[in-house]
Amino acid sequence: MIALSDFLIISAALFCIGLYMIVSKRNAIQILIGIELMLNAGILNLVAFGMYDRVDNSGQIFALFAIVLAAATTAVALAIILNVYRRYKTIDPGKINAMGE
Amino acid sequence: MNIVKILFYIMACVAIGSALYTAYTKNLVRSVFMFFVTLFALAGLYVIALADFVAVTQVVIYVGGILVLILFAFMLSGKQSLDAATRQKSKIINLGNLPALLLAGLFFIVMFNALNNNVEPAWVKAAVQSGKVIKPGTVLIGNIGVNLMTKYLLPFEAISVLLMIALVGSAHLSRKEQEA
Repeated sequence: MIALSDFLIISAALFCIGLYMIVSKRNAIQILIGIELMLNAGILNLVAFGMYDRVDNSGQIFALFAIVLAAATTAVALAIILNVYRRYKTIDPGKINAMGE
Repeated sequence: MNIVKILFYIMACVAIGSALYTAYTKNLVRSVFMFFVTLFALAGLYVIALADFVAVTQVVIYVGGILVLILFAFMLSGKQSLDAATRQKSKIINLGNLPALLLAGLFFIVMFNALNNNVEPAWVKAAVQSGKVIKPGTVLIGNIGVNLMTKYLLPFEAISVLLMIALVGSAHLSRKEQEA
């Protein structure tokens, strides 16, 4: 059986890679991928702690909830990105500096 | 060194390596497809953490749903997003990325230290002593289903309402604008 701290180290590394992508990228889709990486790091933590709960399965059930939340986030974020592209012809968040009409 | 440990280290190296390449590359398509590899390696890690049902759900929803959605949006937003991605400077150490690298590195150091100070919380030790740890070979899917419908019914309903709201909202956002 793998120790708990090994999973936590991998999760921390994935979280930091996601953070780096969010801060440094100039493309809304790549920023979205960074957010997904951070969410996956959180799910890995939930699953790793869920190993110690055979009766209630709270870790695994909340990991399932987090996966569903990630799907909802992605759908809405992609609809927003497509709308922004239609209006500004770019998806660089640094160049979008006007609101509405 | 048993085979589970070897598999665990292989999966971990694949996950972190492909995530690093996703962050490093300037090519958007390559980034999306390396993210695909990361998601598969993470599903493998879930299996090693004895959560097979979560692993299967990860493959179905992430790889089958979210990734296809990202590719779809990328193809609709066309050539200009590709150009924007490739116009960045292609040096490894470039001064614009230094603050982001610093932030991520320092964050990792903080989390690593917090992990070294207190590895196992008290309830984990109690669970190990009272035998509540999941053993390899036990089938937990029935237990998960029963718990989902009894103990965690309220979050389940909340998440289903939220999913419907997100669906309606994204359909509303992406319709054609006619009468504003």
